[in-house]
Amino acid sequence: MVKKVIYGNHAVSYGARDSRVEVIAAYPITPQTQVVELLSEFCASGELKAKFIKVESEHSAMAACVGASAAGARAFTATSSQGLALMHEMLHWASNARHPIVMANINRAMGPPWSIWTDQNDSIAQRDTGWLQFYCSTNQEVYDTTIQAFKICENDKVLLPGMLILDAFVLSHTSEVVDMPPQEEIDEFLPPYEAKYKLDLDDPRAFGGLMFPDWYYELKYKQHRSMEKALKIIEDVGREFGERFGRYYGLVEEYRIDDAEIVLVVSSTVAQTSKEAVDLLRKEGMRIGLVRIRTFRPFPKEKIRKIASKVDMMIVIDRNISFGSEGVFYTETKAALYNEKSRPPVYGVIIGLGGRDVRVEDIMNIAKKGKNNKLEINKINWWGVKL
Amino acid sequence: MVKVTLGAVNKIAGSSKNYKTGDWRTLKPVIDLEKCKKCWACYKYCPEGCIEKTEKGPIVDYDFCKGCGICANECPFKAIEMIMEER
Repeated sequence: MVKKVIYGNHAVSYGARDSRVEVIAAYPITPQTQVVELLSEFCASGELKAKFIKVESEHSAMAACVGASAAGARAFTATSSQGLALMHEMLHWASNARHPIVMANINRAMGPPWSIWTDQNDSIAQRDTGWLQFYCSTNQEVYDTTIQAFKICENDKVLLPGMLILDAFVLSHTSEVVDMPPQEEIDEFLPPYEAKYKLDLDDPRAFGGLMFPDWYYELKYKQHRSMEKALKIIEDVGREFGERFGRYYGLVEEYRIDDAEIVLVVSSTVAQTSKEAVDLLRKEGMRIGLVRIRTFRPFPKEKIRKIASKVDMMIVIDRNISFGSEGVFYTETKAALYNEKSRPPVYGVIIGLGGRDVRVEDIMNIAKKGKNNKLEINKINWWGVKL
Repeated sequence: MVKVTLGAVNKIAGSSKNYKTGDWRTLKPVIDLEKCKKCWACYKYCPEGCIEKTEKGPIVDYDFCKGCGICANECPFKAIEMIMEER
């Protein structure tokens, strides 16, 4: 067992190394660069026996990963913001062709104006491409999720690509202790990827052909069913990981919700800040807890319903905005609850776009405003916006 | 019961040969071998590779000819006529 103090970005690199990825195709972009920088060093030194492909764009990076995965390799890449947007076409391709590629996306605000700081609009915009999405909140979780993502995505009930997501700078360039289990124990947890169908000269098949309307529709149904089945696989894999390594994971993380009247719905590093706020508010006597949405696709509707059934108020804090609508976690949370017989009021708050700091006192004040019925119910609550 | 593989990988390589695209044709090229001088312009221009060179002259593979009419347009001796396909 090795414990190291490392950046969030390097937690991704070590996670990919320890998952024994076979092909890495990547293009550098701030704030992702360190992820592939360290991986290229692992490849150069022979510490990681993988083919590192330098490409001319992120579109090509994902295309190369698709090719590698079609050839039966365990493929990995990392990107951010504009780079993720440039991959868009290939993201659909990876999912529709059922390639279990794993990618790290470092959340960075979309330009213009140019920004290198965090918000979730880049990954949220890829919501409907058929990728699993995991929003991580600590460097340890980043490392652990990289390894788990391969096991989840390569499960034959799932066979979809997966994206693990971490906040620019707040996590990507922040040092934390990361505990890395011995390689042989990880190998036992994550055996090599065996593709059911692969590019093989001795057994040729046709990939990416034309599909007429008589079967395309059924494939989309199967793709969606695989996403639904992934809900259980994610929990199973998270539990197995916990049994082996002592750190348990699931679709959501619940924090002090047992007797809570108010529950915050949060994600990514905002969740860590919110835990601190919850602790302080508890000391002041407020019955408050939080649920951190770790898995955004597939969306953990049942978990949200179960939690909502026991509380008086939910406040969803989004570090993203769907222009013309509202925060996306807010929309999804409400949609999960709409047909429930009884449900608490759900408030939506936008915060921290473009990397604006989200402080403990921000979260505390949001909660207090909610408790005093001062948050707007049918409008977006733009926290801290300068008007 | 879905009969296609996940990811729509076709287990039979080269199966496009089994799909007779000649069905798409509206107009059909008919070659008048008496007018043909075997210059092979039709053979060279056919975008589908469906004209075969034989001693008698060019023969159209109607299983895959889509009836685009390029052969008739290129023939310097007006030996190819496009006629309405009847099925």
